Amino acid sequence: MKRIIVKEEHCIGCGLCEVYCTVQHSKSKDIIKAYNKEKPRPTSRVTLEVHKPVSFAIQCRHCEDAPCVTACLSGAMKKDEETGLVTHDPDRCIGCWTCIMVCPYGAIKMDSSGKVVSKCDLCAELDIPACVANCPNDALVYKEVKK
Amino acid sequence: MPKYVLVGASAAGIGAVEAIREIDKKGTITIISDEQCPQYSRPMISDLISGKADFGKMMCREHEFWEKNDVQALTGRTAVSLNLSEKYVMLDKGDLVDFEKLLVATGGRPFVPKIEGSDKEGVFTFTTLSDAESLALKLEKAESAVVIGAGLIGVSCTEALVKRGLEVTMVELQEKILSLILDPTASEMVENVIRKAGVTIVTGQTVKRIVGKPENDKAVGGAVLTSGDQVDCDVVIIAIGVIPRIELVTGTKVKTNRGILVDKTMRTNVKDVYASGDVAEAYDFVYGENRLLPLWPLAQLEGKVAGYNMAGKKADYPGGTVMSSLKYFGIPVISIGVANPKDPDPYEILVNHDPERSLYKKIVLKDNQIVGVTLVNCIEKAGVLFHLMKNSVNVKKFKQDLVSDDFCLATLPRSLRRKLYPGEYK
Ligand SMILES: Cc1cc2nc3c(=O)[nH]c(=O)nc-3n(C[C@H](O)[C@H](O)[C@H](O)COP(=O)(O)OP(=O)(O)OC[C@H]3O[C@@H](n4cnc5c(N)ncnc54)[C@H](O)[C@@H]3O)c2cc1C
Ligand code: SF4
Ligand code: SF4
Repeated sequence: MKRIIVKEEHCIGCGLCEVYCTVQHSKSKDIIKAYNKEKPRPTSRVTLEVHKPVSFAIQCRHCEDAPCVTACLSGAMKKDEETGLVTHDPDRCIGCWTCIMVCPYGAIKMDSSGKVVSKCDLCAELDIPACVANCPNDALVYKEVKK
Repeated sequence: MPKYVLVGASAAGIGAVEAIREIDKKGTITIISDEQCPQYSRPMISDLISGKADFGKMMCREHEFWEKNDVQALTGRTAVSLNLSEKYVMLDKGDLVDFEKLLVATGGRPFVPKIEGSDKEGVFTFTTLSDAESLALKLEKAESAVVIGAGLIGVSCTEALVKRGLEVTMVELQEKILSLILDPTASEMVENVIRKAGVTIVTGQTVKRIVGKPENDKAVGGAVLTSGDQVDCDVVIIAIGVIPRIELVTGTKVKTNRGILVDKTMRTNVKDVYASGDVAEAYDFVYGENRLLPLWPLAQLEGKVAGYNMAGKKADYPGGTVMSSLKYFGIPVISIGVANPKDPDPYEILVNHDPERSLYKKIVLKDNQIVGVTLVNCIEKAGVLFHLMKNSVNVKKFKQDLVSDDFCLATLPRSLRRKLYPGEYK
């Protein structure tokens, strides 16, 4: 099982993780179009958290015993038994914000549409998640972790 | 092979099935529900009314949920009595279901006060799928509605009716709407938004009589308020709250207060008999006592804990508290724990209120620990605050930051982050 590890002492607060996450989750996958044309602008699922001088990126940890899954009112949040990933189905989501209330990391966002939530999917279709691949300083590392 | 019997197949029942099957793939599970289609999400009945969700979308688990988990689902059947010494449940047709481990997850039924005229055609409660289905049918010909009760359920129903194009009057006995979960400031913010959507809100009053239509006295024509004023309407929805359905255990050895009493493993005072969800009085970690907390996430969690213990895996309920998140009328609100202390004495209150941006953050502290959180229009970091709250963290050193605009995980001192989130941030 591979997960993203956050190394806060390497983070320089540049925010590129957010930029590339936004692009990766856009329709066009093009940076200019994603930022300037798509309305509403796609939501970055990773957040650069800043409390000077500290900064680090945070995204869903895909918790073993995920509070968001137990709390979800609609069944949109699920634990995938095989991959261990916590998946979110926007078509089932009713935007009740209950999962936001219980995520200990504050890793769930309101989608820019304002109607559903949005969170890290570990870029299921990529080998390396976009935020990790584009972090210039190795503050995000994608590696195997023990279950 | 253990025999598990569960009465009630909603949030708590589903949570229990999933937990039992995690541990025990073989034991037989029988679930009894007097509803035809159990695995729907109750909070979503308003989405059925507004048209946002159809029947399929309302299912909080897949249609094959019971088959997949090898559960015998007796739907449309009522458990009428219990025999605890011989360990069986009697159903409506007199048939008996033996159990080794029993879960009572019978939830709540709507509280319906005595109101003259409440037997008229067009008076509804708003709790179940069938309530919603019959209301939806009636709405095809209705233009206006009176909703009695402005709590969570009343507000959710009101929003759905507004989306259907009805003219709605909400009547609330308290001076403020959502008074059980919001303080006056937050309540007013929500109230303003609801009024802007065209809803008439009447507080400090109730409906004392429901009257018929001039041409047909049997059909709802209006609601007479405490003041004597009459609001004309085609439907009246009673949304005052739910009361635990404890009747199955009434008269047995199982101890009850307003709900069924349980310990941290969700077991009642009787061996092998468990209770979870709206019917149970489970532990509230803020108030430090067991009480009724009719909320979906807690019902699922309690069911899960019961399920583990029934299947032989030791698990303790960590405790819950009042925790509501509201999406209605486009104003996101989260309220956890003590929202509005009556006696401010032992509490310290931190507030960040910005009316211009319509933002409100309030944290209630007791002995430097968070016991209450209210967030309006800035809810995204609620979970971090809730985590601090659950872990009784002393927040003295950074308490002013808790209500700042940019509060987030990074706000917490590094040593605390390491302690609270082990394994992260190496
Ligand atoms: C309109 C509405 C909106 C809501 N919104 C929210 C929200 O936003 N957030 C939130 O946290 N909570 C919300 N709730 C509350 C939430 O739905 C409940 O807390 C939750 O459903 C409780 O689950 P439960 O399994 O304990 O009981 P219930 O959902 O009440 O289910 C109990 C089941 O047992 C069946 N049953 C009872 N007795 C018997 C018997 N003797 N024999 C056979 N079957 C029996 C019942 O018919 C029912 O199917 C809302 C509720 C409503 C009605
Ligand atoms: S969203 Fe939050 S609670 Fe859910 S799995 Fe991710 S980190 Fe855990
Ligand atoms: S916002 Fe969506 S994913 Fe989150 S609890 Fe509600 S329905 Fe589930």
